[in-house]
Amino acid sequence: MAREDDFVRIVKRAVQLVSIAFIMVIFSGGLLIYYIADPDFSVFRSAPEIVKNTVDTVDDFDKIENGIHVRTGLVDAEGLMTVVNNCTYCHSAKIILQNKMNAERWNATIKWMQETQNLGDLGSNQEVIVNYLVTNYPPKVVGRRENLTNIDWYELEINK
Amino acid sequence: MKRRDFVKKATLSWLASAVGAEIVFGAKLPEGYQPLALQDADPFKMFNKNKDMVVLNDQPWNMEAQAHLLDDDITPNANMFIRNNGLVPENIDVKNWTLTIDGESVVNKKTYTLADLKSKFEQHTYQLTIECGGNGRSEFNPPAKGNQWTVGAVHCASWTGVRLRDVLKDAGIKSNAVYIGFHAADLHLSRDPGKEPISRGCPMSKALQDETLLAFQMNGADIPFIHGYPLRLVAGGWPASVSGKWLNRISIRNKVHDGSKMTGDAYRVPCKPVAPGETVKDEDMCIIESMPVKSVITYPKSGAMIKEGTPLDIRGHAWAGELEVATMEYSIDFGSTWHTCELKKPANRLAWQHFNAKVEFPQKGYYEIWARAIDARGVAQPMLVPGWNPKGYLNNACHRIAVKVN
Repeated sequence: MAREDDFVRIVKRAVQLVSIAFIMVIFSGGLLIYYIADPDFSVFRSAPEIVKNTVDTVDDFDKIENGIHVRTGLVDAEGLMTVVNNCTYCHSAKIILQNKMNAERWNATIKWMQETQNLGDLGSNQEVIVNYLVTNYPPKVVGRRENLTNIDWYELEINK
Repeated sequence: MKRRDFVKKATLSWLASAVGAEIVFGAKLPEGYQPLALQDADPFKMFNKNKDMVVLNDQPWNMEAQAHLLDDDITPNANMFIRNNGLVPENIDVKNWTLTIDGESVVNKKTYTLADLKSKFEQHTYQLTIECGGNGRSEFNPPAKGNQWTVGAVHCASWTGVRLRDVLKDAGIKSNAVYIGFHAADLHLSRDPGKEPISRGCPMSKALQDETLLAFQMNGADIPFIHGYPLRLVAGGWPASVSGKWLNRISIRNKVHDGSKMTGDAYRVPCKPVAPGETVKDEDMCIIESMPVKSVITYPKSGAMIKEGTPLDIRGHAWAGELEVATMEYSIDFGSTWHTCELKKPANRLAWQHFNAKVEFPQKGYYEIWARAIDARGVAQPMLVPGWNPKGYLNNACHRIAVKVN
């Protein structure tokens, strides 16, 4: 009897081992097939963030910071965009910022640009532009000679 | 294709559609040069300029030195001011570059390659002072229109080339010749190909001087791109606008040249003195020729603080257009007393002259050192800003620096 029991036990044990081996083969085979399809196992990771495809430069093209239109350096005031759109295409805003003139001389300058620089008729925008310029960048009286300003003081070592 | 190149190309085509025009030869822009709209356009890198240079304008490019940057006897590229009336050329084809001599008063219209110019004519080298007509414009009251130059729109580099005279004579000059006018490869700000941004010139007498060069070298190397590579007219002592960059044609005219920026109020001052702010008719404006007497203190930089009892060595340069500077003086008491500086002779005619002096201060305090040059005819720099003119040219008021003795 003992021998028979032993035989049954061995058979049972063998069946168990074969079953485990079979399950492992099935499992690893499945794993292998899955690996071929998704080598990164991405399904098991948290969903990736959706990449925002916005372009900052477009959003901020006419950004105003501390009252200044960043792209041109012009002051944010009534008429700003009329000036930006009409006056910074051919030349830089830097030449506008450097010049402080009254309405008569700005109008003369616009006439000069129309006669020699291919500027077209500005229509009612001309008044808006000139008002913006004389209001925000008025001429300053400096006399015949100004004091020296913005002196950058530094120690000068002199070798005797 | 490098990503940067791709971005550049993509942006160029975006630009082309944005400006509604093809950017001709956009892909052949000079190394490092990118249109203004690109965020990383760095003029200091593009043009190899000192970081202390001041950008006045970026479309077109205009940049000036500060007084202390002009300390070298011969100005290096890094510290030379940039003045443009138009957009820089977008394609420079040196191999096929030519210079044509034409006009009503040329005997035979002729075209020369760069190799022709270099091999057919004798080469000369001169140090030549070139100052923008509007240098010092920022001090006029009421303000004058244009780039607000302070003191740094002047330089004296060493130029090598052939004499304009030799080339004009090779083509032949008719007896009715009055003026020459140059034409160049730069672009009008409006990008209108029918317009020239600047086409100036000078009377025959200036064109025929020994020192008036068609230059292809500056400071011993090819002229830097921004200063007119590969060929520049150099007319020392006259407004820098006469020294046309990127030259491809010179017309010998039978009348005063009437190109762009020769007429109206450009590079002209009232023929008769006017009150500040007065309106002046075009016909009452006269073309600027020789620049006036002037000087700049290049050492020390303004703002020096020194110890009491130590004499201060100062130095700088002086020039006087067509003339020589005869005397150089400084004052530390706002012109009450003047002291003579040591002044060197120019390296050649039309080169600036170097001066130096040892300045002693009577006691502690705030001082200004004012410098005054006097030309060979006894004409001195004014301490105040001279005669107002609508476009703010020819401010040759004394330069000054601040010093504190502690």
